[in-house]
Amino acid sequence: MGNFLEGRYRTCNTTGLPVCLDAQFFIKAHAVAAVVFFLIGAIAALLIALTRWSAVHLLPAMWFYRVLTLHGLNMLIFWIISFEIAILYFAGTSLLNSRLFSRKVAWVAYVLMVVGALMVDYIVLIGKGDVLMTSYPPLKAHPLFYLGIIFFAVGTLIAVFNFFATVYIARRDKTYEGSMPLVAYGALAAAIIAVVTLLHGATVMIPSFLWSLGLVEHIDAGWYRLVWWGLGHPSQQINVAAMVAVWYFMATLTTGAKPLNETVCRAAFVFYILFINLASAHHLLVDPGLNASWKIWNTSYAMYLAVLASMIHGFTVPASIEVAQRLKGFTRGIFNWLTSAPWGDPGFASIFLSIVIFGFIGGITGVTLGTEQINIIAHNTLRIPGHFHATVVGGTTLAFMGLTYYVVPLIFQRDFYFKKWARVQPYIFASGVVLLSLGMSFAGSYGVPRRHWDVNFTGAPLSAGFDAAAHFFLGVLGIGGILAFTGALIFIVLTVVAVFFGKSIAGQPFHGWQPAEKFKLSMEIFSRKKDEKFEQIAHKVPGTVVLVFVLLISFMVYYFANWKALADVWWVR
Amino acid sequence: MSIKSPESNWFKPPEGSERLWVGVALVWCMVMFLAMPYWHVKGKQNSTGESYAVTPAEFQKRVNRFVETNKVGEKNGIPVVEPSPGGDAYLMGQMWRWYPILKLKEGQTYRLHISSVDLQHGFSVLPININFQVLPGYDHVLTLTPTSKGIFQVICNEFCGIGHHLMTGQIIVE
Repeated sequence: MGNFLEGRYRTCNTTGLPVCLDAQFFIKAHAVAAVVFFLIGAIAALLIALTRWSAVHLLPAMWFYRVLTLHGLNMLIFWIISFEIAILYFAGTSLLNSRLFSRKVAWVAYVLMVVGALMVDYIVLIGKGDVLMTSYPPLKAHPLFYLGIIFFAVGTLIAVFNFFATVYIARRDKTYEGSMPLVAYGALAAAIIAVVTLLHGATVMIPSFLWSLGLVEHIDAGWYRLVWWGLGHPSQQINVAAMVAVWYFMATLTTGAKPLNETVCRAAFVFYILFINLASAHHLLVDPGLNASWKIWNTSYAMYLAVLASMIHGFTVPASIEVAQRLKGFTRGIFNWLTSAPWGDPGFASIFLSIVIFGFIGGITGVTLGTEQINIIAHNTLRIPGHFHATVVGGTTLAFMGLTYYVVPLIFQRDFYFKKWARVQPYIFASGVVLLSLGMSFAGSYGVPRRHWDVNFTGAPLSAGFDAAAHFFLGVLGIGGILAFTGALIFIVLTVVAVFFGKSIAGQPFHGWQPAEKFKLSMEIFSRKKDEKFEQIAHKVPGTVVLVFVLLISFMVYYFANWKALADVWWVR
Repeated sequence: MSIKSPESNWFKPPEGSERLWVGVALVWCMVMFLAMPYWHVKGKQNSTGESYAVTPAEFQKRVNRFVETNKVGEKNGIPVVEPSPGGDAYLMGQMWRWYPILKLKEGQTYRLHISSVDLQHGFSVLPININFQVLPGYDHVLTLTPTSKGIFQVICNEFCGIGHHLMTGQIIVE
């Protein structure tokens, strides 16, 4: 039985899930903050893309690096982590049938996060923090830059504590029976990774803050990189864990899917927790001071067990959708289940595109570039942002957009206007991100550097430059950037208009994306016990098997092609 | 289950296609893991991270000594320096130049010392595209064998301030 306080909860009219009203308030608050940071980051993104597109070359040098700093911090940290806190509050309460542990603690966390983020943005915009997101010493920013990040990180830690405390009281009050639902389990994994990540952040940011004040004399560049990336890369794995949890959640909500095998899915989340913080090494593969065995063990997340986890989720999510669809009668051939999927539901379209982009572009490139030796032909080139725009933007951000199409009607209880635009938005955004990411990756394979204002090196004492093909791919990057920005803007406008001016649908079920009867059928399929018929279909899933083997073959081709490319360069050790 | 607690007997091994995929994926992970130590034995391109502590002032001194002893010419006012094959070569990253220009012989091996005297820099050789990180305080030693002839551009690919895009250098291989 739930432990809600009298009058402080409601039951969702669409899903039947309980909603803690305190949690609902903070889910809304964090989601609104997240979208504001997303807007700042998106405007910055457009300006950067139009500068990297060498034929346009929009911004002057100083503003390019300033806006790039702003973009990285707002997108990778402020937008995504704010949204993730909203997810944690939802998973801890609605899925565990519990109240939020504390409103006061939630307020403290929220204020710290928002104030910290605004401090950082202010310092960057007045030109006192032109150090890029990584703030590598000896580059030095204004003390408030570091303090803002510390505020944001501490706020996040407090919010994560509030989530853990909510899980604790849910368990204590026996608000749910047996094991916790898988989505809550995934959220818990994300929260644990967040704690590890933020402790790295504190370890590196507090001395940096003191150094910027002149209280600490020296920060070692190599030490800083090692610990900073213990924040920088694992924080992206918070995104991965949260994104995968969202995949499972949305697969259920839009198609009635449920995992084939709970043990496999949960083990995969445990692999994330155990190995993901080794990822700091991905950024240090061509660094001095670290030996090869350290690099190999860490870059592979201890023999690629965290990669195995992603490959597992990449199977189980589509497989669970395939089983649900087949149970609905879409049994013809190998792919009838997929072609009959609700592609017009932006929630479904977003997560399926997210799975494909994350796996085929983000995952394959990430593992390959993170191979110790292959990194020699990739480090600090545009291939790196080519990889992580496919994971963090095409993967996580797109999945979060899909979730938002349900958060607005179910949590804010507002209806969308311009639904047709919402239905095409995921496709516009996804194609933009794919073009952007491929443009970056191919330009980077010519050695075009990331974080660079002018790849024509105008005015340099010794000339350098790239051939026309590299500039063509920078053009692809630019066009992809415009398209992705358009998709992001449609998303922001639709969401903001719905939240502030949308028709209230409190007390009514929401069936804006799929007809009520389809949704009912999905929920009926979902709540059926796993019978023999379910197991029979679950053991085969031919469509998913074809998809994952296509992925594996693409993976192998890209991976070995990179070894071949590496074998052609100068000998070095 | 995803949004509800699972049935109590959920703990069981994977079956059918899922079992197959977990197995195949695990094998692929092991292949990728073993490829890296294998390349250290058989491959010619590795990143060993060999490095020594050095202060920026001391490194600058070594670079100047290297230039004085081995200078063979000048280009745009920048010394062109030819180290002896098998010997030590020095390259200094500084806002915003790579100093000096190096002249190497194809197929010969050099111990190339790279460091920075100010910010972090990125050593990137074009168009062959090899990249290493350069940090102040670290004498990063690359045991390098150029395998192709030509004039190669060295650029910086770690952000080092407003003049980052002006930071270039050259390696001539004959």
